[in-house]
Amino acid sequence: MKLDVTYHKHDVVVVGAGIAGLYAALKTSGEVDTAVISKVYPTRSHSGAAQGGCAASLGNMMEDHWEWHMYDTVRGSDYLGDQDAQALLVRDAVQVMYEMEHLGVPFDRTEEGRIAQRPFGGHFGNFGKSPMKRSCYAADRTGHAQLHALYEQCVKNEVRFYNEFYSLLLIMKGGTCLGLVAWDIIRGGLHVFHAKAVHLATGGYARCWKITSNAMANTGDGLALVMRQGLPLEDMEFVQFHPTGVWKHGMLVSEAARGEGGYLTNDKGERFMKEYAKEKMELAPRDVVSRAVQTEINEGRGIGGQDCVHIDLRHLGKEKILTRLPQVRELALKFLGRDMITDPVPIQPTAHYSMGGIPVNLDTLVLGDSQKGTVPGLYASGECACVSVHGANRLGTNSTLECAVFGRLGGLKMLDYVRQHSGHEDLPADAAEMAREEIEHLLSTAGTKSGVRSADLRTRLQETMSENMAVYRNQGDLEKQVKICQELREQCRQVAIDDGGLCANTDLIEAVELGHMLDYSYVIARCALERTECRGAHWRTDHPGRNDKEWLKHTMAWLEGDHVRLEYKPVVITRFQPEERKY
Amino acid sequence: MERTLRVFRFNPETGQEPHYDTFTIEVEDSWTVLDALNEIKWHHDGSLSYRRSCRHGICGSCAMMVNGKNEATCEKPLSALKGTITVEPLKSFPVIKDLMVDQEDFFEKLRLVKPWLINHKAPPTDKERLQSPEDRKIIDGTWECILCGACTSSCPAFWDNQGFLGPAALLKAFRYVGDTRDEGLDERVGILDSKIGVWRCHTIFNCVEACPKSLNPTAAIVKLRRRLIQEKL
Ligand SMILES: Cc1cc2nc3c(=O)[nH]c(=O)nc-3n(C[C@H](O)[C@H](O)[C@H](O)COP(=O)(O)OP(=O)(O)OC[C@H]3O[C@@H](n4cnc5c(N)ncnc54)[C@H](O)[C@@H]3O)c2cc1C
Repeated sequence: MKLDVTYHKHDVVVVGAGIAGLYAALKTSGEVDTAVISKVYPTRSHSGAAQGGCAASLGNMMEDHWEWHMYDTVRGSDYLGDQDAQALLVRDAVQVMYEMEHLGVPFDRTEEGRIAQRPFGGHFGNFGKSPMKRSCYAADRTGHAQLHALYEQCVKNEVRFYNEFYSLLLIMKGGTCLGLVAWDIIRGGLHVFHAKAVHLATGGYARCWKITSNAMANTGDGLALVMRQGLPLEDMEFVQFHPTGVWKHGMLVSEAARGEGGYLTNDKGERFMKEYAKEKMELAPRDVVSRAVQTEINEGRGIGGQDCVHIDLRHLGKEKILTRLPQVRELALKFLGRDMITDPVPIQPTAHYSMGGIPVNLDTLVLGDSQKGTVPGLYASGECACVSVHGANRLGTNSTLECAVFGRLGGLKMLDYVRQHSGHEDLPADAAEMAREEIEHLLSTAGTKSGVRSADLRTRLQETMSENMAVYRNQGDLEKQVKICQELREQCRQVAIDDGGLCANTDLIEAVELGHMLDYSYVIARCALERTECRGAHWRTDHPGRNDKEWLKHTMAWLEGDHVRLEYKPVVITRFQPEERKY
Repeated sequence: MERTLRVFRFNPETGQEPHYDTFTIEVEDSWTVLDALNEIKWHHDGSLSYRRSCRHGICGSCAMMVNGKNEATCEKPLSALKGTITVEPLKSFPVIKDLMVDQEDFFEKLRLVKPWLINHKAPPTDKERLQSPEDRKIIDGTWECILCGACTSSCPAFWDNQGFLGPAALLKAFRYVGDTRDEGLDERVGILDSKIGVWRCHTIFNCVEACPKSLNPTAAIVKLRRRLIQEKL
């Protein structure tokens, strides 16, 4: 079989239609020819799952300042975030939030008609003193509201959407990005997109854990595409575990449930957070709460001795639960058959948010080394990128904010770049070749029945990742996981699929995704093994304590064949010097 | 526990007639219909095609017909269904393959109602527009729509005439027409008042029953009609 190739030319091609990708496209559309490629329909992107809200120091409900927001973000990041990026994030937040309101996002309102705000874990007033209402929200469907408004604005601006197209390969020439190759999922066929600027916004990648809040589409494709061009990833060991995943399923009971006053209780009915964060209790940052939950479980105080504790909202009353947390209640009803108005609900930590990713500078331009070298024409923003605002641990409501601020900024920067480049540089002759080989090979395995099923390898990956490198980590488990990843990458070459067709071949897509997941999972395991300290979400039981002397630095990782090469680079510290993180 | 699923199959590439395949699989108590489809795809027949992503009813990918009723399959527990479970693609959209339907036209219909905020006054430069909580409440029950297509696919008026905008697009229209920040009714009257607009709805309420998010497109259509009449007077 010889696959057809179709050619397209645009000024800007954005990969991903979540909040980050759509915001970038919105800023370039209307000005230059803009296309968005997405493997799911834009409104089906995982940004729609964001529940709790989006942070900005609007001060609509109580006094607030961007400096306070910055302090919380720096401290929350366990001092690994770059403070120049963090300052940009929290300062732009205010303007971007107003802009999203102007774009039509249906935020909840205060009595005065302003955007309503609510408290969220890790956000405080007056440099860490008292809980702060900083999260702008639309019930508990904030991401959904933002995603749809942005999509609709892009439709208005006549962005060219290639929906259900799957990006396979970046096209590079002499270190510059000239476009990418994608597969048309519905009709089959390879498509070359020739562009002056490519923007990756492929989202999170916690799908490689068994218990996860992430969508099935969150398979880290953007990261794998970048690594395959010999480019590095940054801080991959930092993956946040959310303390309140629906027991056994992993979907999220939003932090808004704690923001509104929910309690966490163990088998004895105690609010155990008093043992871990006496002052902030349930509103301590996620990493602190996840470790508390995991410790309760590990020490036998889980409900009925099982791997879960309770979240209890009963004292909030029916009215508040129905108006502020309708989706959370619906979730528990559907997946656990429990009504939060009358019952506590079992939860467990769930793999949730990826702090690391594709390194970018403050212009969202992708970095090619651990100095400041950039890759012309290649941009990234949102959860797939690492700029780094979240450092070792992200605060709730700061990530949809990151998507909006840096997606938007990336759009503006691409606009400048595109305007300076009048023509498209010629493509290399064999632009689609590697993608063609990958797809033709997989299609040729269909029906051979002798190979390995991609689902089996993926299950093994997810189970072992949850077993060996979740909330608590140690050298032995991490070494085990590195080895498992190596074996799985080897076995992945033997994968055979069932479906040899071109039309809507999701069997093929899942096999390609598995390859991507194995690549970045391997890198995560290697980075985690190397970092012998506890910082934010990365907790080594065999190396207690944060070690600023040796480890106040970013990890940069290259996947070179079967080997991961690591380098380190300094953290940008401007305003706030590292202190002990206490809540 | 074992359950049996009868699954609609169609592959345009094989030239075979549409048919049903039956799978008997081992399931767990807590599984949903989507979990069962995943089990089939991952361990029995990888060539089965369907859409899915978020697993908790917010992305709108996985709406299908389950025992004759439209459902978000990721939220439909197997335990709520008796006997053999029949899974089919959403009715009245063209089938692409197996359980995947073509929704291009569905999204095009949304575009026709101009689903974006239309306001001719420049917003304040460094503040939000004001809106009272009561005004904001008017559009509750509209903006939550996940665009799964379950409503439009279950609508008899849409079955009769596929040109009809359908309940999802009209619900979206009211999401903006009802938003006190919006001034775009004028620009939308043409399409809403047209042959494919609000008057085609026969208020049969199938859409209300089909909506996995318990929204009420019919009520929104009635409100749109009222606004159009007011506009004309
Ligand atoms: C359950 C949940 C709740 C959350 N709640 C909050 C919250 O309250 N507040 C907050 O700030 N953050 C929250 N987060 C985090 C936040 O939602 C995400 O970090 C953010 O939305 C990611 O947006 P994104 O634009 O980077 O990517 P996404 O929205 O995930 O979009 C990724 C896009 O990339 C596309 N894509 C991926 N790979 C390919 C490929 N190979 N080819 C083509 N297209 C591709 C997809 O189709 C999709 O359009 C939550 C996360 C989860 C999981």
